[in-house]
Amino acid sequence: MLEVKDMVVAYGRVNAVKGITFEVGAGQIVTMLGTNGAGKSTTLRAISGLLKLVSGEIWFEGERLDGVAAHRVVQRGIAQSPEGRRLFPKMSVEDNLRLGAYARKDPSGVKKDMDNVYDLFPVLGERRQQPAGLFSGGEQQMLAIGRAMMSRPKLLMLDEPSMGLSPIMTQTIMRTIRELRDEGVTILLVEQNAQAALSLADKGYVLEVGQIMFSDSGRNLLGDDRVKRAYLGAD
Amino acid sequence: MEFFFQQLINGLSLGALYALIAVGYTVVYGIVQLINFAHGEIFMVGAFGAFATWVLLGSPTTWSLAAALFVLLPAMILGGVVVSVAVALLTERLAYRPLRTAPRLAPLISAIGVSVFLQEFIRLFFGYIPGMPDSKRAIPFPSVEGISGASFQIGQVTVQMPAVFTIVALVVCTLFLWFYVNRTKTGRAMIATSQDPDTARLMGINVDRVIMAAFAVGAALAAVAGVAHGLRYGNIDFRMGFLSGLKAFTAAVLGGIGNINGAVVGGLVLGVVESLATSFIPGQFGSTAWKDVWAFALLILVLVFRPQGLLGAKVVDRA
Repeated sequence: MLEVKDMVVAYGRVNAVKGITFEVGAGQIVTMLGTNGAGKSTTLRAISGLLKLVSGEIWFEGERLDGVAAHRVVQRGIAQSPEGRRLFPKMSVEDNLRLGAYARKDPSGVKKDMDNVYDLFPVLGERRQQPAGLFSGGEQQMLAIGRAMMSRPKLLMLDEPSMGLSPIMTQTIMRTIRELRDEGVTILLVEQNAQAALSLADKGYVLEVGQIMFSDSGRNLLGDDRVKRAYLGAD
Repeated sequence: MEFFFQQLINGLSLGALYALIAVGYTVVYGIVQLINFAHGEIFMVGAFGAFATWVLLGSPTTWSLAAALFVLLPAMILGGVVVSVAVALLTERLAYRPLRTAPRLAPLISAIGVSVFLQEFIRLFFGYIPGMPDSKRAIPFPSVEGISGASFQIGQVTVQMPAVFTIVALVVCTLFLWFYVNRTKTGRAMIATSQDPDTARLMGINVDRVIMAAFAVGAALAAVAGVAHGLRYGNIDFRMGFLSGLKAFTAAVLGGIGNINGAVVGGLVLGVVESLATSFIPGQFGSTAWKDVWAFALLILVLVFRPQGLLGAKVVDRA
């Protein structure tokens, strides 16, 4: 579904992503692990069209995606819930969700999807008129995922959805991600929380300083010594 | 007391003029953090556009009251708006967009360049457009029956019709703008872009289009102000955008740049302060020669004691 080939992305003269190649198959949950500065967010931002590629290619459903303007990437069916959630804090829950559906032109479908988000996250539905900035971290993460879902994406990219959340809240978010996959949404999940991410991923890539070090199925990576040492706190 | 109310009315109408221009500074700043120093010239070009529309209509001088108010005046406003918006979009495309990712100083200098260019362009070339007068000196603005030179009395207070026109224009434009920003999809995209442009892009918002809309809205209001200026002073010239633009920028900063309501309030406050200062400060310091001094003294005071402006700028904060 999504193919990234030899992608190089730079900030100024510094290459943050140094020629990575990976693939996300339709209906999969693919996770990308790595520490701060490994290039995970840069990768997602480049796919979303926020950053230009220095070289390499991105293909989505058989069409070139690199060079496509960010707002058109959304129209092609790729949504991103960015790192740090980036909600519009003074806008209400409802206005945030409505912005997520900005590119759509079917008001009745938007209404229905908004109700779906409220079903998925009842706490948002109960306080839909309140400013997003007043919600707790976990609730804000729910809103960020809900907002990304409002464009009805085929591919949903989540940038560290567990950041700053309690273990219980992380479990809730991970369960939601699995539910979304079961509904047919393909998911590219960027995480530092390897345990949570790998336990639901079909495939995982490990990124270090802008390069993919290795990749395997989620289950195999969970048992991999290198992953254990670097991400799971084992000796 | 009559004198006070007289000066208050004068100040409010002058302030309404500033406010109409100030909105353009503030809307553009709110979206792209650019002080568009060419905005005064967008106002000037709007006045010339209205003038040109009058010439195209055959330079009418003897239209009836109804025809003047319901055909001539709207046509002149429309003509001014079209010219201003076109010029503003063109400058955005040619002078600012290529510098979108450049250091902040670059578009600022580009804006000053556009300002000089537009002044000189009108000065040198307006007269070459068939039917248009030479514009190296001020040209008389067409008088509109029922407004130009007309006035009415409330007690001892004289209210000039151009002042009424300016204030009504401000009220109508502010209502229109409120509706546009708060009740339309483009308006919502504007708010989102001003708070967080990258995230706005992730929502599927075409940020280039939002920026163009901001320039267009500001230019439209500036053109209305250009017509108001022409009716008020009876003439227009290629230099008129400089001081009015600077005053309007002051008004925008006074109200809190980036805040639309602030621009309106800042404009009105500045106009009233200017008007009252020249009437109530005794001796030579109260002469009209000093009015700009008081206006800019007010700006300095606000910058020192309340740098975010009277209503506070829209500070970007993120969850």
